[in-house]
Parts: sequence; structure tokens; C-alpha cells
Amino acid sequence: MGRGAPVAGPKVGLRSYFAYRGGEGMVAWAFHRLSGIGVWAFFILHIVDIWLIGANPEAYDFLGAIYASPPGRVMETLLGAALFYHALNGMRIVVMDFWPALTAYHRQLWRAVWVTFFLFGIPGAYIILKPIWEVAR
Amino acid sequence: MSTPRYSRVGRPRPTGSRADLYAWYAVRLTSLMLFVLALSHFTVTHFVFDPGEQGAEWVKQARWSSVALRVLDWAMLMTVLVHAFLGMRTVLQDYLPARLRRIGLAALYLLALVLFALGTQVVVSLPGLA
Repeated sequence: MGRGAPVAGPKVGLRSYFAYRGGEGMVAWAFHRLSGIGVWAFFILHIVDIWLIGANPEAYDFLGAIYASPPGRVMETLLGAALFYHALNGMRIVVMDFWPALTAYHRQLWRAVWVTFFLFGIPGAYIILKPIWEVAR
Repeated sequence: MSTPRYSRVGRPRPTGSRADLYAWYAVRLTSLMLFVLALSHFTVTHFVFDPGEQGAEWVKQARWSSVALRVLDWAMLMTVLVHAFLGMRTVLQDYLPARLRRIGLAALYLLALVLFALGTQVVVSLPGLA
């Protein structure tokens, strides 16, 4: 059973799914799972699009034009954010799984994840999104 | 040693099943590889080159012009397949009702096999090797 799920009880309603009860660990876990499923879904699309280079290059170039379009770039930024969060929080999980004593610092590690995320993520998002307003100009 | 019921960390190391234990280790081992491989892949495809300049001809003539580059990408494909599908195995085990678990996991492994075939086929057969 997922740790994000509410503790079973006689009066567990829909609202309890959104209640904040697990602290940072629960939010870190929920984001990790969501971002993982999202990157997995893109990975399926990505194998198929690369396969199209051999099977149908025109279709690949058509898809590539969508990826490079303004909406495509917003999606790429979201993909990069999901991938980067999953990668950083994944290292946090590995650190705590193999050095359990460090679990005592799970909050500090989670803050370090977010500092690193925005430190590299904001310039990264700027680079990916920049062509949108350069083309519009 | 008993498995703790709750953990603020990742999923507790499985103790019941051999397969679950191997999967647990495989996800963590591949995560270390992917931290380097996937993040550098994203850097190359989004920051070094722009998505607008990576058409089919460019992939044939530049991106995949050497065996080494193809082996690297294929190795990353294998690593992602292991990591992503073992991760989704855990997700499905968490949410699928018991009667759907077997068929759901079978469908998941079949999808992984199809992607393995498609990815391997294109990396091996695409013309353009110098």
C-alpha cells in the first residue's frame, strides 16, 4: 500500500486524501511517484519517435516540429522539471536507503533537492523557453 | 530483521520475495547510472542542441554517425527500460486490485519488450554510420 494513502479508519472520506498528514516525506514521495510516471509516459513516446527516424522520417520531423513549437517547449520544460526532481530526490532516497543514519536529516536533504532544483532549473527553463519570445518578436 | 511498516525514506528493502529484493536493488543501481546518463542526455538534447535542429537527417549524419554514440544510447535505453518498468511494476502492485495484478503486470512486461525491440531495431539498422 502506498504511504501517501490515508490510514484506514471508519470515517475516511475523500477529503482525507488531500489532508496534509505525512510532512515532507509524504510530499517528496508523492512528487517522486507522479514525476516517475510522467517521465515513463514520455519515455514510451520517445522510443516510438526515435523508431520513426528509420520507419517514417517525415513523421519524425513532423513530431520534432511539434516538440520545438511554443506549446512543445512548455511541455519540454515540464518534462525536464519532472526528470530533474525525480533524479535529485532519487539520490536522496538512495543516500537514505544505504546510509540509514542519514534519515535523521531527510528534511534537510529535501530542502537541498529544491535548492538544487531551482538553481539549475530556472536557467534551464529560460534556455528552453527563450525561442518562444524570440520568434514572437 | 523485521521490515518497518512505515518509512520516511524510500520503499523499505523487501524481505519477503527474492524477486522484489532484486528489483529493489536494480532500481537503485540503475538510478545511479541514469543520474549521469539521463541528465547528460537531456543536457545535450535541450541545451547543447536545440530541439528545432535535430531532424531525421541530422540524427543519421551526426548524432548517430559512430558506433560508440549508438552503443552509448542503446546502453542508456536498456538502463531506462530496467529502471522505468521496475518502477512501474511497484506502482501497479500498489494500485491494481489483486484480480487484475497478473494481467496488468503481463501487459507491462509486454510493453517493455515491444519498446526493447523498437529501440534496438532503430539503433542497429538506421543508415548513416560513417
